Amino acid sequence: MMPNFPFLKNKKAEDKSEVFVPSRRDFLKLSSLATGGFLLGVNFQCAGPKGETITFAPNVFVSITSDNEVIIVAHRSEMGTGIRTSLPQIVADELGADWSKVKIVQAEGDEEKYGNQNTDGSFSVRMFYEPMRKTGATARHMLVAAAAKKWEVSPAECHTENSQVIHSSGKKIDFGDLVAEVKDMPLPDPASITLKEFSSYKLIGKDVTIYDARDITTGKAVFGADVDLPGMQVAVVRRSPVIGAKVISFNDAKALAVPGVNRVVKIEGAGIPPGLDKALEGVAVIADNTWAAMKGREALEIEWDLGPNQTYNSAKQLEEMLQSTAKDGKVRRERGNFSTAQRAAGKVLERTYLAPFYAHATIEPPAAIAHYQGDGICEIWAPTQHPQWARQAVATALGLDLDKVKMNVTLLGGGFGRKSKPDFVVEAAILSKAAKSPVRVQWTREDDLHFDFFHSHSAQRIKATIDKDGNFTGWNHHTVFPAIGATGSTTELHPSDGELGLGCTDFPYDVPNIKIETHESTAHTRIGWLRSVSNIHHAFAIGCMMDEIAEARGIDPVKHALQMLGEDRNLEFKPETDGKYENYGEPIETFPWNTGRMKKVIERVAKEANWDQKLAEGKAVGFAAHKSFLTYVACIVVVEKDSSGKVAIPEVFYAVDCGIGVNTDRIRSQFEGGAQFATSLATTSAITFENGIPQQNNFDGYQIIRMPQSPKKIHVHIIESMEKPTGVGEPPVPPYIPALCNAMYKLTGERIYELPFKA
Amino acid sequence: MEKFTISVNGKNQEVTADPDMPLLWVLRDLLSMKGTKFGCGQALCGACTVHLDDEAIRSCSTPISTVGKRKVTTIEGLDKEGHHPLQDAWVEHVVPQCGYCQTGQIMNAAALLKKSPNPSDAEIEEAMAGNLCRCGTYNRIKEAILTASKSL
Repeated sequence: MMPNFPFLKNKKAEDKSEVFVPSRRDFLKLSSLATGGFLLGVNFQCAGPKGETITFAPNVFVSITSDNEVIIVAHRSEMGTGIRTSLPQIVADELGADWSKVKIVQAEGDEEKYGNQNTDGSFSVRMFYEPMRKTGATARHMLVAAAAKKWEVSPAECHTENSQVIHSSGKKIDFGDLVAEVKDMPLPDPASITLKEFSSYKLIGKDVTIYDARDITTGKAVFGADVDLPGMQVAVVRRSPVIGAKVISFNDAKALAVPGVNRVVKIEGAGIPPGLDKALEGVAVIADNTWAAMKGREALEIEWDLGPNQTYNSAKQLEEMLQSTAKDGKVRRERGNFSTAQRAAGKVLERTYLAPFYAHATIEPPAAIAHYQGDGICEIWAPTQHPQWARQAVATALGLDLDKVKMNVTLLGGGFGRKSKPDFVVEAAILSKAAKSPVRVQWTREDDLHFDFFHSHSAQRIKATIDKDGNFTGWNHHTVFPAIGATGSTTELHPSDGELGLGCTDFPYDVPNIKIETHESTAHTRIGWLRSVSNIHHAFAIGCMMDEIAEARGIDPVKHALQMLGEDRNLEFKPETDGKYENYGEPIETFPWNTGRMKKVIERVAKEANWDQKLAEGKAVGFAAHKSFLTYVACIVVVEKDSSGKVAIPEVFYAVDCGIGVNTDRIRSQFEGGAQFATSLATTSAITFENGIPQQNNFDGYQIIRMPQSPKKIHVHIIESMEKPTGVGEPPVPPYIPALCNAMYKLTGERIYELPFKA
Repeated sequence: MEKFTISVNGKNQEVTADPDMPLLWVLRDLLSMKGTKFGCGQALCGACTVHLDDEAIRSCSTPISTVGKRKVTTIEGLDKEGHHPLQDAWVEHVVPQCGYCQTGQIMNAAALLKKSPNPSDAEIEEAMAGNLCRCGTYNRIKEAILTASKSL
């Protein structure tokens, strides 16, 4: 069974990250993979020009050939975070490899072999920093031992650099020239492996250019739809217009008359609930090429039983959700007694916040290639964030054993959580089996926007009490949104503990009376997770409300946040959440919520943005801070109005504490992109439903920001830290939205309570 | 279905296709040139940008029958060695995140620089407004265009 929330760490799978423990069986597997594997379009051979090449592979992640080639396996999916560079970078640094010559090979989906491959929840670096160091260090240890033996010196007198072992006398030998000696050496006791001092790293903690930069800019990089197989056909699917709709009948005569169309196949859908890993009901047109399949789809005549969701109207539901927040809800966290605080309060602020459904809208729409072979083997090429889940879903859909499904992972043209879900991969597999040929299933933009696993719309109500002496005494947060769990189960009516732990029940401020409540709502579409998940709407509401509370108390919002975080200490959320706070799947003892670290990023961002300066006419600044995915972030957004009244975002300041930073350039790029992504969420994007159907069809209806609307200068300040590394894919998004809203308030005098707002 | 001969990256290519088939699918499906990407099919995102003569166009909305004698240039043909100043600047600034939209961005920028070798910030923003990037690499795209414009 898959975990309910793959964006939270799956502890069971994490244990398999111990695959860095060398295994001879894996070495053999890797060798066969390397010589025969079709990997991202690269069919590389181990045989070199000097004759027969031999390989040393102490574990599944690293191998070194007698031609002195260092090959590192990237086992996590690359969707733009740079992880395909960052993890191999760690291995290479510990190994002492010549980075400019390292070859990176993408792993196929096989968690038994590689450990967790679910690229989600900003946990790749968090989970694999140590294992990757040990992986590289093990290989280094063995190479050094082999060289020392050859030279009859002590291993302690040797080190590695530029893919060579170097003796203190200056003697050098290429890794490749040690392969013959080292490949049959017994594997060292893992306890004997020493890791390098942090200060000696040449790659970790540095700006390293992504491995695929040149391939991407020359058009050679292989994304999902770019894989070509001999005899491949292309499928385009007409899916149930309303989630849960069923095909009553269809007429394919006109579709089959379109030149190039070869076959029409019905796909049996899951109905209600639709599930996270199943295909939707639909009719597929399979053709010689994409255009013929699209034209064939237009010619299909289908009679649908639209089912119960055909009357669904999202605006109406949102209004009902908002009304529900005025009532008592299910209590999810409690401290003190909010009612008492409310009775004693000198002032009660009560505000509501609404946010819409969001689509992921990756520029690469979903696409996958399947080749179902007659002997019950199905080989897949897909841009998947979660290859093992896709593999399981295909095996289930086709009734195959897991080992009959081979999952090749291509580059992803954006993921943001969408491509965790394997529904499109399952479609390709079903259609390849039906067509008896390799099939690429191609989603159009309209398909992508209509059949996404949406970020849920949400209603929130926050009451804050201020006593007669001006103290902030009470916090009552009501939140309601159709839960992710509802996509798989119709009885999931409240947000889960996992979703609440994302920015809601982990409210960090030192308020004596806290009450957090949820309300029921039902899902009428597929709900999923989008970059930072429920932190998006929780941070929006909390960040805006904190700004209002500071204002009501007459305190600067930055000083107010620092004051309300209180003494430097580790926070506990379990006692007040009935033990249900999940801390992103990590023990809070290992990854504490430390107020001191949060205060440091706030102080840093205020200093860098020169927060206290007097701003020019027509300019304003807003602030918010939010910890998510165990990473501390504070953000200041500058807005300005030009003479024509148009609002622009000239500058953004971020300070981030993500512990040890592995690839500093990619940390900055995630924050730069996160600000842009969040600007879309705040100002342009929304999905609405009428009659169960999304009303936005393409980028004209579902708008994401373009270059002229983008925030201009984005300054990212990374706190130097030796704390355990945490991820940066998602944490830039949450604090940005309230910081922008708070800046808009300063500029216009009007508070923002609903997203998206028009800038 | 009709036969068409089109010039792609300096080479004549003969294809048999529905006259309405967009150039994008001719390139990707019939000629197996995968550097030009599909994003929206409606000329709204720019991922499919190629050149017709010196003009940046959206190949997803350009039927093969309208190409005629005009020369098609794709990312594969922008520079033989893959070292067009924009491509080098893109690597220097490490512009790409996921990378999917970047071939379209580069082709669009290349057409801009042909017309306006030293574009201002405002000119760049206006010219690049039709190319979406969901990862949010806009600022580095702008920096890379400025860098390339200096080396032209």
